[in-house]
Parts: sequence; structure tokens; C-alpha cells
Amino acid sequence: MSIYFTKEHEWARVSGNLAVVGISGHAAHELGDVTFVELPQVGKQVKQGDVVAAIESVKAASDIYAPVSGTVVKVNSALDEAPEQVNESPEDAAWMVEIELRNPAEVGVLMSKEQYDAYLKTL
Amino acid sequence: MSETEQLQMTPLNRHHRGLNALMAPFGGWEMPIQYAGIIAEHRWCREQAALFDICHMGEFLFKGDLLASGLEDLFTFSVAAIPVGRSKYGFLLNEQGGIIDDLIVFRFGEQEAMIVVNAATAPNDFQVIRSRLQGGALCDITAATAKLDLQGPVSREVLTAVCGEQIARLPYFKFAPLDILGVPAVVSRTGYTGELGYEIFLPAAKVAELWELLMADPRVKPAGLGARDLLRLEVGYSLYGSDLDEQTTPLEAGLEAFVDFGKRFVGKEALLQQQAAGIARRKVAFTVNSRRAPRHGYAIQADGRRIGEVTSGVFSPMLGCGIGMGYVAAGHTDPGTALTVCQDRVSLEATVCPLPFYRGGSLRS
Repeated sequence: MSIYFTKEHEWARVSGNLAVVGISGHAAHELGDVTFVELPQVGKQVKQGDVVAAIESVKAASDIYAPVSGTVVKVNSALDEAPEQVNESPEDAAWMVEIELRNPAEVGVLMSKEQYDAYLKTL
Repeated sequence: MSETEQLQMTPLNRHHRGLNALMAPFGGWEMPIQYAGIIAEHRWCREQAALFDICHMGEFLFKGDLLASGLEDLFTFSVAAIPVGRSKYGFLLNEQGGIIDDLIVFRFGEQEAMIVVNAATAPNDFQVIRSRLQGGALCDITAATAKLDLQGPVSREVLTAVCGEQIARLPYFKFAPLDILGVPAVVSRTGYTGELGYEIFLPAAKVAELWELLMADPRVKPAGLGARDLLRLEVGYSLYGSDLDEQTTPLEAGLEAFVDFGKRFVGKEALLQQQAAGIARRKVAFTVNSRRAPRHGYAIQADGRRIGEVTSGVFSPMLGCGIGMGYVAAGHTDPGTALTVCQDRVSLEATVCPLPFYRGGSLRS
């Protein structure tokens, strides 16, 4: 299993043809207290870079983009009642969707953990 | 003000940085937006006592004859009718009845009053007030005057320990001049949170010492402007620059309770005309059926037609849903009216409600 990141601060934990997706600890910290997460319907088809979910904090509203193309096969409904988990455990318990990959080669354009950490230093 | 202009700093800037506060520009000042987090600070204020650095707000000191100077005709309420030791909220209007600022006047003495105004509007307010006065002395004491707000259900106990029993009996909108840390200060039973609380004015040179003294009490935690905005919106208070501006009259804002038509004031004729013609646009408060927040600038629709715009909105931790205020065409403001709040992909079902949204505060306790 490997974890990848996007410039928009999503992460994707890829295992076989499945990717679990959430937002990075950096993004969660920047947003501040998360108050709402909008999740897609299971079965939704997304292309890499499409809006797949939305998140709101006291301060701001922002979209979550699909790091990979494919079909949403699971959503983390626990976030409906407890969106604060995004602040408490952004890169683990507060995963948002699981996507079945349509084109595994797309993972190649994502950043590794090391590349993402280096990218954060440039911001 | 332009972004290149130098931001002003309060005497507590170093303290905020020491607490790792998130700092941001507000009204020309660099202010703390949050420390531990907006929701945690909001909760602390509703349950304990939160301390706010409000040194950015403007204070003007007036000395002179209230009537002869024309001060009495400046605001939508009578300064002469405020008993010494009390304060009053109201407006400074333009000739068209638009709100130049919302403010509080503290009646210090027969011929002395302090005018407390918003930070961003303070320089213009001072010019307007001075240009309308025909006598008396008006002094901008903002830089020399610090202001701390201590707000929350235990604020009385905390402050009594520091200032003595004198403040324990202060009723709402009354203040007491007293010595704090050996310097003259004013403690006022007012605030912007819906909780029991106090606004403390004292010389800027002493504010760091008072901040440290209050922060030493374990019942006190600092809160930033993020929590302040959430707290004020839950109790339906308007924020100048968002909910009120020079194109908006107190009648449109539903704040006619703070307008005394029995006296003279600039803008009165325009308000009377508006009242006679009918108020076409009115402030409305609403809850939404989601944890999603309505936000400033979102459209408000009724029956698929745009009827106005959101001016303030947030997720309310006390109500567990999004709440907001905005302005809509008259006829859509009765409690229970169904509205839609939307922006791009977001569409929220909203229901008009009376203010305040949150009624459980300790304000009058």
C-alpha cells in the first residue's frame, strides 16, 4: 500500500485497484474547525481532477478533487455526524471516499509523501 | 484601506504570537483570528469566560455642552437622555439615512461622553462627527485607550476577583469608573456575544498587565475574532461592513428600536420618507436544513426567483445547523417563510426565523 498526494492537498492510499481518499493534515489545519463534509453517492463516476466531495469549516468552503479516475465504491458516512474527525484524524479515520481505479497509470502523476512534504515547504 | 498600508498592532500583539494565534488583517489592524480553534473558543465563551483583545475599536472623547455643540443631533438616540453612568447603542447616519457606523455612547458626565466605534470606520467617523459639531472638544483617544472584553457566564466572578465587589452589581448597559492596577479604567456591562460579560477600557500602557492577570485565572481562555463573529451571529447582532453599510438604513436592518424619531438627527427626513413610502428591502434571519453554512454573497431565492443576498452566515454549534442573515424584498420576512439559499452547486433550504437564533445565553443573568 502506498500513499500519494495532490497539489490540492488530497491524499490517496492505493492498494490494488482501490484508492482511499481524504485531505492532508496540512489542509485540515489550514481549514480550521471542519463543520460539514458533503460526500458523493456510491456509484458516482469521476475523472481525475473532478470535484468528488466538498468540505466546510467555520472559515471557508472548499471542494475536494478526485486524485484518480474511477467509480466511488464507498463513502465514510461517519463524517456526516462527526465532521470534526477531519481535524482529529485527517489522514486516517477521516477518509472520505474509496474509488475503484479506472486507470491505475494515473497514480504516476501524484506526489509521494516525500515530494508532498517538499512541496509544502514551497508554499 | 489598501493592502500595502501598514497594519496597526495592538499592545498585545506579542502576547498573541506567544500563544501561536493565527493573525490576520481586520479593519486596518493585525488581529488574532483564533488560538486553540474557533469552535473550542466559542464553547469556552458560552460555558466559562473568554478574553478578547478589542484594542482595535475606536474611542472618541467628547467634552462640552451636548446641545450647544450639536452632539445631541448627531446620533439616532439622545445623548442628553442617557443617565450618567449608562451607555446606549445606535447609529451615525448620512443624509440618505444610510448607516455610517453603529456605535455606543458612554455618558461619562454632564458634559462628557465617550463614543466607541468600529475599527475600519473610525477615521471616517471622526471626520464626520467633527465636521458636524459646532462646539465642544472631540479627541480621538483610540491609540491611548485599550479595550478588553471578558465574556461568559463566569466573567462576573472572575472580574470581581480583580476589580472588587463594585462590578458585581452592574446591570446591563451600565458602567463603572474605577481603578484597575492603579490606573483609571471603565468597566462596562456590555458585549457582543449574548453572554454575561464586560468591556474594560483602560490606558494602553496597562493592558498587557491586565491581560496577564486575567489569563492567570484558569476559568479564562483567549478567544479571537473568529469566535467573536460566530458568537455575535448566533444572537443576531449585526456586523458593520457585512450586515450594515452606508447603503442600508436602520429601518431596512430592522433596528428601528435604536432610532428615536422624537428628536433631530441627520438622516431623519430620509428615514421618515422611507417609512412613508414603505420599506422595500428588509433584513431577514434564517436557519438552513444542513450543517452547511450560508455565506456572505450567496443568493436568496423564493419560488425560484432571486429576492436578495446573504450578508452573514455560519455553522452554529449551538443550533447544529447553518444560520444566516441577509436582505430580501419585503414580504418574505415572516417567520416560517421558506427560502432557498444558493451559490454554484450549493442549494440550501432555509426557513425564516426570529432573532436571536440562540436564546440560552447568560446575558441577563
